[in-house]
Amino acid sequence: MRISYREAMRQALHDALASDPRVFLMGEDVGRYGGTYAVSKGFYDEFGPERIRDTPLSELGFVGAGIGAALGGMRPIVEVMTVNFSLLALDQIVNSAALLRHMSGGQVSVPLVIRMATGAGRQLAAQHSHSLENWYAHIPGIRVLAPATIADARGMLGPALADPDPVVIFEHAQLYNMEDDLRDEPNEDWACDIERAAIRRPGSQLSLITYGGSVPKALDAAAELARDGIDVEVVDLRVLRPLDTATISESVSRTHRAVIVDEGWRSGSLAAEVIARIVENCFYDLDAPPVRVCSEEVPIPYAKHMEDAALPQPARIVAAVREVLNV
Amino acid sequence: MNATARKAKAGHGMPERPFAHRLLADMLRIRRMEEKCAELYGAQKIRGFLHLYIGEEACATGAMHALDADDNVVATYREHGHALLRGVPMDAIMAEMFGKAAGCSRGRGGSMHLFDVARRFYGGNAIVGGGLPLAVGLALADRMQGIRRVTACFFGEGAVAEGAFHEGMNLAALWRLPVLFLCENNLYAMGTALDRSESQTELCVKAASYKVPTLKVDGMDVLAVHEATRRAAQQVREEGGPFFVEFRTFRFRAHSMFDPELYRDKAEVEEWKNRGPIHSFSAQLKAAGELTEDGFLELDAEAEAEVAAAVAFAEAAPWEPVEDLLRDVTTRGATR
Ligand SMILES: Cc1ncc(C[n+]2csc(CCOP(=O)(O)OP(=O)(O)O)c2C)c(N)n1
Ligand SMILES: [Mg+2]
Repeated sequence: MRISYREAMRQALHDALASDPRVFLMGEDVGRYGGTYAVSKGFYDEFGPERIRDTPLSELGFVGAGIGAALGGMRPIVEVMTVNFSLLALDQIVNSAALLRHMSGGQVSVPLVIRMATGAGRQLAAQHSHSLENWYAHIPGIRVLAPATIADARGMLGPALADPDPVVIFEHAQLYNMEDDLRDEPNEDWACDIERAAIRRPGSQLSLITYGGSVPKALDAAAELARDGIDVEVVDLRVLRPLDTATISESVSRTHRAVIVDEGWRSGSLAAEVIARIVENCFYDLDAPPVRVCSEEVPIPYAKHMEDAALPQPARIVAAVREVLNV
Repeated sequence: MNATARKAKAGHGMPERPFAHRLLADMLRIRRMEEKCAELYGAQKIRGFLHLYIGEEACATGAMHALDADDNVVATYREHGHALLRGVPMDAIMAEMFGKAAGCSRGRGGSMHLFDVARRFYGGNAIVGGGLPLAVGLALADRMQGIRRVTACFFGEGAVAEGAFHEGMNLAALWRLPVLFLCENNLYAMGTALDRSESQTELCVKAASYKVPTLKVDGMDVLAVHEATRRAAQQVREEGGPFFVEFRTFRFRAHSMFDPELYRDKAEVEEWKNRGPIHSFSAQLKAAGELTEDGFLELDAEAEAEVAAAVAFAEAAPWEPVEDLLRDVTTRGATR
């Protein structure tokens, strides 16, 4: 079955709403408007305004209310339009959702799912193009997911809702129109694990480790390299917190080389964390220093050629791989 | 206690004697517990931030007695009294202050993060204004599940400058949620007087701008606090929407144990102390023939005894083993 990432996400949300009366969706323009990225189109009519709850422009307020509703026995899915606006809700996510379990000595869980779009690539300029996944991945107490395939878009929400703790799901805005076959499903409700990284393309000479909107770019780069007889493995992190160190280490121990692709800025990036773990775990297996392909350290520019130059692109990934392999 | 038992006795405007004594006893319990905390802070048994409620006891006491056991309560870092009157045992509060595993938050929260979810006490929040959106959400969950319950949210007047206040007030009013906003206006946010931080110092006007009904009451008068909260809670329960009550009160002590109190006159503090809630309520009761000096001393001795037992409990309680450090970060266990 060939569907879009948007449709996969829509189906996942539909399943959740239809199967559990505790689940409700809340956020700016999720209802009447149909969702900023049209993910919840039609839900307002089907499930009604109580469960498809349009909110005012109050990111701090409605994310906090989602946390309170989770404490009160509901299973809220809060949609924040984009990660850029989630900064207005950061206090509630970091100071409440992530901490309440610990501060209360284990008395409460916060079974909340927060979805938000992330990433650049559509000439939306600096304030609509952030990739701040690493900020969230820094915080103990929350799980951070980055579905980058149709199967993950379809399958991650269910397990995220079943997680008793807060889960933040990053949907890269460039992926919504991506289409693919929904395949390789272990079970009929599409649920997938939200623990492990996944090898998207096996290879022997180098591990190309990435997540989110950079996964298709890494796969493109790997395909191009393959035409020149260079065999790289593509690892999709999928779960940005807790990181699946085992899969990363296993891959790099086998290929002996690593390039990390991360749309976040290089300084203090997730890519830096991945490299730290590689160095901690498989230093003596490395045949070359790991290399990062990150966004350039500049606010994302509006002009197309400048935006393209700021972001990781297949050509830059190919060049980085060739540099590490010295071919 | 039900409404009939609380009903004012004809004649002198006093409630039934047992209830009046309960209010007085509870104010004394908070006062004596906190005086002991200050002492223990000096002895370095209690560390970190410690925000005393001394002077403001009438607010928590009057308000808590106007709530049902099944209502939700969300509070701030100045919440020792609220926790105690919610029914959290003083032993567990004191052990928490000591950082012991027998504390009501297993020693992970401390003075600012007292929790007791079995009693629907959702903490101890040390982000100014942070509790308001949570209270809105708790009330939303109740509404969506058809549970008739009030969520009481305590906060200081400093919080009204935060976006969380305005967002929370708007959401509660817009969605007609059963949130009882209880603002303890002690006139200072750390060292900043209200008129130095707000263009509009009439807090009820702010709430009213969201079409939230309001009451403003003398927060040094436990009976007035009780009656206002009772009326407000009843309206929330019956009509579903939010209510805002402002208690005019004053903290007699420093903001926290680190505060040299450079920002206010001793005379101002002394003036408010003359209106101290314990002393004025006991004088009122005595004048009405409802309390003798011996009766007062008896209640006070009971409070002192409870405090002594709580301190002994906290002293004797064991420390959590450090091997447990990563507990309770996530529900399913530690992650790296
Ligand atoms: C968001 C935030 N900003 C600043 C602080 C530091 N702070 C702690 S208490 C306080 C004053 C709050 O005053 P108020 O709300 O009136 O409560 P009170 O302490 O008087 O009970 C401040 C500024 C904080 N804890 N949270
Ligand atoms: Mg104050």
